[in-house]
Amino acid sequence: MADIKCAFIVQKPQYKGETSRLAITHAIAYQTVEIFLEDGETVTPTLCFIGEGVLGIVKGQKAMDTYGITSTENHLMNCCLVDLNVYVCKEDLAKYGISESDMPDAEEMGADMKIQIVPMSEIKAKIDEAKHVLFF
Amino acid sequence: MGKLTIGCFPGLVGNWSYDFALKFAGAAKDKGHDVDLWFSGNASASIVAGQKHLKDYSTGEKYLAELIEKGVKICTCEACSIARGVKKDASVKGVQWNAMHWYLASIHGADRVLQIGGE
Repeated sequence: MADIKCAFIVQKPQYKGETSRLAITHAIAYQTVEIFLEDGETVTPTLCFIGEGVLGIVKGQKAMDTYGITSTENHLMNCCLVDLNVYVCKEDLAKYGISESDMPDAEEMGADMKIQIVPMSEIKAKIDEAKHVLFF
Repeated sequence: MGKLTIGCFPGLVGNWSYDFALKFAGAAKDKGHDVDLWFSGNASASIVAGQKHLKDYSTGEKYLAELIEKGVKICTCEACSIARGVKKDASVKGVQWNAMHWYLASIHGADRVLQIGGE
């Protein structure tokens, strides 16, 4: 009957490598993990973007036009739709000049969840809460 | 004894992280631990059968076969492998094919998780 908390920490920029994207898709997979688990067992991921990992967390991406792939923006909208907690480091966003209004949003698709901009201290608290921490 | 889950993301050739992941998995198994090994990203191309071990390059097949023989569970991300042109019937025997939730399920039961990131 255990819930296992996992913190997915993304510290590499989107599109430069593959793993920063794989962090998102692996975290979203929590939605279907129950097929392998006993009744009542769950995995609760927290997806955190820090350092250069905050690069690419912006609206208006044209990845399909440019690279022929699904954009990080779409993946983040899916995170909101499946109620996945997404945290972005406030200090690192400020460092790169990205504002809160730049954050992708899935409100028009009916998502209740929003990407949360939080201080690094809060992300550290999420790491402390997690049983397993995975760096991407 | 405990259970170790290793997520391995780097490619077979071009770095030694992949090599480390396999040897670490073997060492943990030899000590009596249960070990699961998940391949995603470029590591998912390493399961192709028929690799020729040239001495200037790291190899995966020989070690994968040994790990499977020892009882290490190895699973590749099906989408990652297919995207790289890997075919199930041309992959190392005993490697499972599944989706990312396999990794999360393995993590659920693990005492320790080692995430070895890729490029």
